[in-house]
Amino acid sequence: MTAVQERSTAAEAGRPTAVRRRRLFKWRGKKPSVGAVIVYIAAGLLGVFWLLPLVWAVSTSLKSETEASLGQDIHWIPREWSIEGYKVLFERGDHLTWMLNSTVVSTIVTVLTLVLCTLAAYGFSRFDFPGKNIVFGSIIAGLMVPGQALIIPLFDLVNALHMGGTYWGLALPQVVAPVMVFILKRFFDGIPRDYEEAAKLDGAGHFRILWNVILPVSGPIMAAVGIFTFIGSWNNFLWPMLIATDPSMMTLPVGLQAVAGGYGLFYAQTMASAVLGAAPLLIVFLVFQKRIVEGVAGVGLK
Amino acid sequence: MTVKTEAPPVPAAMVRPPTDTKKQSWTGLWFVLPFVAFYALFLVWPTFLGLYYSFTDKSLTGRAASWIGLDNWFEAFGDERAWNALWNTAEFTLYSTPPLVVLSIVFALLVNRARRIGWFLRMAFFAPFVVPVSVVTMIWIWIYQPDGGLLNHYLELLGLQNADTNQIWVQGEGGVAMWSVVITTVWWTLGFNFLLYLAALQTIDPSVYEASSIDGANWWQQLWRITLPLLNRTTAMVIVLQLIASLRIFDQMYIMTGGGPNRESEVAIHYIYIAGFEGFRIGYASALSYVLFVLILIISIFQFRLFSRKED
Repeated sequence: MTAVQERSTAAEAGRPTAVRRRRLFKWRGKKPSVGAVIVYIAAGLLGVFWLLPLVWAVSTSLKSETEASLGQDIHWIPREWSIEGYKVLFERGDHLTWMLNSTVVSTIVTVLTLVLCTLAAYGFSRFDFPGKNIVFGSIIAGLMVPGQALIIPLFDLVNALHMGGTYWGLALPQVVAPVMVFILKRFFDGIPRDYEEAAKLDGAGHFRILWNVILPVSGPIMAAVGIFTFIGSWNNFLWPMLIATDPSMMTLPVGLQAVAGGYGLFYAQTMASAVLGAAPLLIVFLVFQKRIVEGVAGVGLK
Repeated sequence: MTVKTEAPPVPAAMVRPPTDTKKQSWTGLWFVLPFVAFYALFLVWPTFLGLYYSFTDKSLTGRAASWIGLDNWFEAFGDERAWNALWNTAEFTLYSTPPLVVLSIVFALLVNRARRIGWFLRMAFFAPFVVPVSVVTMIWIWIYQPDGGLLNHYLELLGLQNADTNQIWVQGEGGVAMWSVVITTVWWTLGFNFLLYLAALQTIDPSVYEASSIDGANWWQQLWRITLPLLNRTTAMVIVLQLIASLRIFDQMYIMTGGGPNRESEVAIHYIYIAGFEGFRIGYASALSYVLFVLILIISIFQFRLFSRKED
């Protein structure tokens, strides 16, 4: 004790505050405070708690029908593991059709949204043309129009265009996203114009500049817009429900809803279809987690 | 300002990109035209078409529509079922917005403190957001099962409920159905607000906290005097986005409760859907849509002002 005290007093004589601070910091790094421990435990428990509904769905889906049925006691780990629920679904095959439909529709929506909104945002950001302010102003006004309030006339319009029950009828009305134009334009506005001027001197055209100069530095924002458009379209429910009345044209959310009642008391099967329905986007999310988190931040704050 | 005016004026052409020739100035239009075409067809046109329909007796059955003036509008304002649906929508918005804002702040604060398990928490809180609504409802209807469902089981275990009188959730009377959907919605959509807050928190300069610690502020004071005020703008944005999203409630309510019991949870878009697609009355449904439209528009104007303030 005395030796330590002596050493510390000796050090303090030299550079007192610096040493004391460094020691305090090290101690904190090794042994977290009680408050920090509580925060970690609370946060960890909350995280686990939040996942319980999904875990419960997976757990039920891996039980046999008898074990999953309501009369049974609640247990999280199946006593007898069974993939019966999944087998039945795959034999029926509807899920694959719906997943394919969802993939086609969401891909059309995402690609078209990215192309159209990028072109428009570039046009608004880099050019002056007659009527620009009026056109841009009306698109900004479109930010305020709630899509769901338009379903009645939109439904009428799509049928008048003979697109009812087709991929185009499902996808095209979802493409109009004024907010994406707004977000992309704001991002393009922030890109310095020096590079473009240089490219222009080299004789590059506007598309070349967009492709070779603007897009390479817009990766994260394009990814964010693309991912959110895809998620939004994949999970869209009301519009596909109105348009795709034929089971072969249904998207995943609509198809799942259409058969949900039909499973009756087959809970393992119901939960298997829930797990299959959740899986594609959950996998996308886990793969692109970092991008998505950054995307929300970028879209929300910039 | 005075200093600036004294400086020699810079020719506009030197600051802006070259837009001298007439030909170049039209080029921009070609870039925006494809989007504008889509926009005009699928957003502007339906907006006016809907307004026009609201003055007609247009029907889904396809018979010729005729102009009936304000009849639909008068009917809408006198329609008890419409008022009920609007009230239920307001109720849902009122119940769902506070937890979706407050809990997302709390979760974001927790995650911001527990950074070493941040990846796990971000995953856990945001994962439900990417799950399709029909899957969310399947899982929650299963959890809410009155007899032998997960929720009632644990309520009984905790002694909060008598085993003989199982609580009915999704068709529960006296607002229980509504609350069941609110809870499901909070679980499903909280992740988005949470990420917005987390991102905002991570932009706060840590030196602000260090400085206030030296001044002797504890974490409670730091929370109320530093963190929350710095999050003001995020909070305003989250509230507005949340209000708009909640007013548009349809999917999970329609699937889970079907509007029941006794239309206690029949919301605005659901009634629009019933009037238009079950009652075949496109004209009347359009008038109803416009009432909701105007409500959302009013809130959106606040949103727009938030957006444009950021431009400054």
